[in-house]
Amino acid sequence: MKAIQHIGIAIFLVGFGIFISLPFLGNFKLDQKSFDELMVYQGINSEIFINDLQAAIVDKDFSGIMPLSSIVATVTEKANAIHTENREWNKKVYASDDGLATSIRKESGYGFIPENKVLMWFLTFGLGILGSLMFIIPQVVTLGRKGIKNNGIYHQSSTNKGWIAWLVFIFLVSFYLVLYFQSEYAVNWTYLVDPISKSLSGNLASHWFVYGFMYCTVMSVMAVRMYVKYRNNKYQVLRTTSVLFFQIVFAFLIPEVMVRLQLSYSKGYDFKNAFPLDYDFFFSWNLTELIDSGGLGLFILIWGILLTVVIVPVMVYFFGKRWYCSWVCGCGGLAETLGDPYRQHSSTSLFSWKVERWLVHGVLVFAVVMTGFTLYGFFTEANVVLGIEVQSIMNTYSFFIGAIFAGVIGTGFYPIFGNRVWCRFGCPLAAYLGFVQRFKSRFRITTNGAQCISCGNCTTYCEMGIDVRAYAQKGENIVRSSCVGCGICSAVCPRGVLKLENGPEDGRINPTEILLGNDVDLIELLNKRR
Amino acid sequence: MEHIVIIGNGIAGVTAARHIRKNSDKRITIISGESDYFFARTALMYVYMGHMKFEHTQPYENWFWKKNRIELKTAWVEKISGADKTVSFTSGESMSFDKLILATGSLPNDFGWPGQHLDGVQGLYHKQDLEKLEQNAPDHKVCKRAVIVGGGLIGIEMAEMLHSRQIPVTFLVREDSFWNGVLPAGESALVNEEIMANGIDLRLNTNLEEIIEDGNGRCKAIKIKETGELIACDVVGLTAGVSPNVSFLKESGIELGRGVKVNRLLETSVKDIYAIGDCAEQREAIGRRRPIESVWYTGRMMGEALAQTICKKPTPYNPGHWFNSAKFMDIEYQTYGWVSGKDKPDFEEQFHWRHAKEMICVTIAYHKDTDEFLGINTFGIRMRHEIFDRWLTEGRKVDEVMTYLKDANFDPEFYKPYEKAIVKHYNQQRGKQIQPVKKSWKRIFA
Repeated sequence: MKAIQHIGIAIFLVGFGIFISLPFLGNFKLDQKSFDELMVYQGINSEIFINDLQAAIVDKDFSGIMPLSSIVATVTEKANAIHTENREWNKKVYASDDGLATSIRKESGYGFIPENKVLMWFLTFGLGILGSLMFIIPQVVTLGRKGIKNNGIYHQSSTNKGWIAWLVFIFLVSFYLVLYFQSEYAVNWTYLVDPISKSLSGNLASHWFVYGFMYCTVMSVMAVRMYVKYRNNKYQVLRTTSVLFFQIVFAFLIPEVMVRLQLSYSKGYDFKNAFPLDYDFFFSWNLTELIDSGGLGLFILIWGILLTVVIVPVMVYFFGKRWYCSWVCGCGGLAETLGDPYRQHSSTSLFSWKVERWLVHGVLVFAVVMTGFTLYGFFTEANVVLGIEVQSIMNTYSFFIGAIFAGVIGTGFYPIFGNRVWCRFGCPLAAYLGFVQRFKSRFRITTNGAQCISCGNCTTYCEMGIDVRAYAQKGENIVRSSCVGCGICSAVCPRGVLKLENGPEDGRINPTEILLGNDVDLIELLNKRR
Repeated sequence: MEHIVIIGNGIAGVTAARHIRKNSDKRITIISGESDYFFARTALMYVYMGHMKFEHTQPYENWFWKKNRIELKTAWVEKISGADKTVSFTSGESMSFDKLILATGSLPNDFGWPGQHLDGVQGLYHKQDLEKLEQNAPDHKVCKRAVIVGGGLIGIEMAEMLHSRQIPVTFLVREDSFWNGVLPAGESALVNEEIMANGIDLRLNTNLEEIIEDGNGRCKAIKIKETGELIACDVVGLTAGVSPNVSFLKESGIELGRGVKVNRLLETSVKDIYAIGDCAEQREAIGRRRPIESVWYTGRMMGEALAQTICKKPTPYNPGHWFNSAKFMDIEYQTYGWVSGKDKPDFEEQFHWRHAKEMICVTIAYHKDTDEFLGINTFGIRMRHEIFDRWLTEGRKVDEVMTYLKDANFDPEFYKPYEKAIVKHYNQQRGKQIQPVKKSWKRIFA
């Protein structure tokens, strides 16, 4: 078994090594015809720009790591300066440097990688999946008997912030930086999944397709790990299956199939993604597009509003926010699969809780105010509201919250700060659901009388950094806005103290001065109960 | 301002301190030599097993004590004087008090085995024991085999710990089945199976004769009394129970038995000195409880009660229905009320159900003549404390318990229910026709 696992690690590392070396490899050469087509497709009217860029890149070989976007940036700057001076506003170039560079690369790649897409897929994704599974599946045997399998978590480099954890951190952060800000380097990755993208949407893959495919792949493989680790815990098995289903079907497949059916919008539409997590839902371009496209567009618009205003809070009333955060949500799904090995790093200090409340509610306020601006702008057709350019608010949010916080920090920091950094400190939807869960819900984690021995397993493994023990040892139920109901506190409790349940609101919050069973004054206590 | 001094920063002392602070403005000092801050002794095993770091065993952050004006003193107490109202430390310093609370906990039992002071021989109680074990048994290369002596809760925990690092373990148990003084035969047998299924070399009916030295002051083997067999080992775990940690009180004038003798107000024989937790011994046992209770929650409850008394609201220690829980390797155990082990009282009858394949079983005790429900033990099923506490107070009949068993289930959602099988077996055994009733929130929160 150990041998199979070691071979698995080796195979995984080969696949992973090829994958991370791809941005540094490959050859690109754009011919005149493709260049002309690209300029037309991008709607570029500036002859200066076209001539300069043509001189710089057409029929020239450029290798993997040589930056294209800086060339595009220089050319754009020069062209735009001239057009500004000549007041030729319609000729100015607005395409993003990185976006254009990415398109150029995608059009111009040649050589081994784009010519052997299926083989390359197997050498990267294929080996990665195979190796991981060879490591994970033998755990059915090696983990031994039924029970909690946390032995050695704080002895291992990967799960105790050792060098492996830091390497994973560096990889994840770099990956997100490339994805969001240097996507030209992701072009080689897009070739690997071109065949899959073609078969789904009929289009070639973009770097966002790579991300979506990778997200689903990583979640699936790590879900297998969840199934093995928690195979005797039915709550965990069902929950993992649920997040996996919603990610693969709702976040990945349906939007791709909609493209194939020519029902697509600028935004790939994920029916389960609720505003304000889906922060650009009310952006004017999206509203315009949805309203203008008739039937389905209007349905999406109404569904989106219903989801946020009715469905989500009503479900939180009955089941707690867990139904969304750890049964449906894609961010939650990644946190619960890829992030599970790191759940113990979520800080449980009071200080973190303070930071959390300011940050997460701050983001919610930001999202709501921004949406107010965009809606006002949409209905009044104004670009400037209260002296602030609406677009600039949207850009600020997209950059700092959508990309940096949710992506780079939210996932990149898993190995160091735990797996729910985004959900805990940043997600505006989580903050909104948190209000409902805290003030109007049937959900609670019941503390089982006075059985708690203060061991701290629950607090250690709470991915939201809730000091569960602080409640349990007082015999108090846990009613916290941040709880995503992952159920791990209940699983790791050695004394059967915690149970996630939905019950009557009455008595849900039960501050207790004296432990159950300490009948210090029986008569008084009985009277109080009546 | 009245100065309350508490010796011992375990659960009893810390609970007393917290509740005194909640109810008063008195000056509070907690003294401990073992650790600077309160930690959960129950969690030491998880540190060794790599589930947690030591800091995770501390239920309060370090700023908590200053914020709540609870002074912490790191020192070992040498002796106390009730007449002068002073505590003397081994360092030579001393401290005066107005009221003193003894919450010194327990020490591992020591049966005077030859070789018990050798290196590599240790108990598992204090923080220092954990550090010692980390040195003695860091892995299965340094520690090729460990022998554990004493078949109680700490013994099986230590076996689990060593097993988690793939260290082969031989487990010597004096009784003919694990913990059968407490557990009914069927349950005790189930734990035996669990121990052996984990590859632990369980030796029942086996006593330690001596621990053999390697010539350098370390243990190298043990000898078994019954057979004379030698078992080579690098670590010997002595886990034959604990006793109150009171030897430093011998000359204090405080009346001692095995522990510090206290009345229901937790007062010792000397005015203004109290004792709580493991070190306290009730002059008369409360109900069927033992006079000395080394249980986490009783320490807590004594702390809560005494804090009231000290804050001018005299409150006897009055623990309600017995309950407890433990975990044997991977099997959770809970108990509510009284279910007897080997020495069952005459009036007690037991019903036992065990799952055909899984390590799950239930034992329910009831009164032979009146059918009154006396208690329940569950293995591998979680039960709701509140429900059984109520049922015991109400003096429910065992048939009623069976009928409403689903109300008492506390297993996580979607877990397989076993009530049907349990009740079916009960019906067969006792010739009854009970139908288990659907769970009702109304009854649970009645």
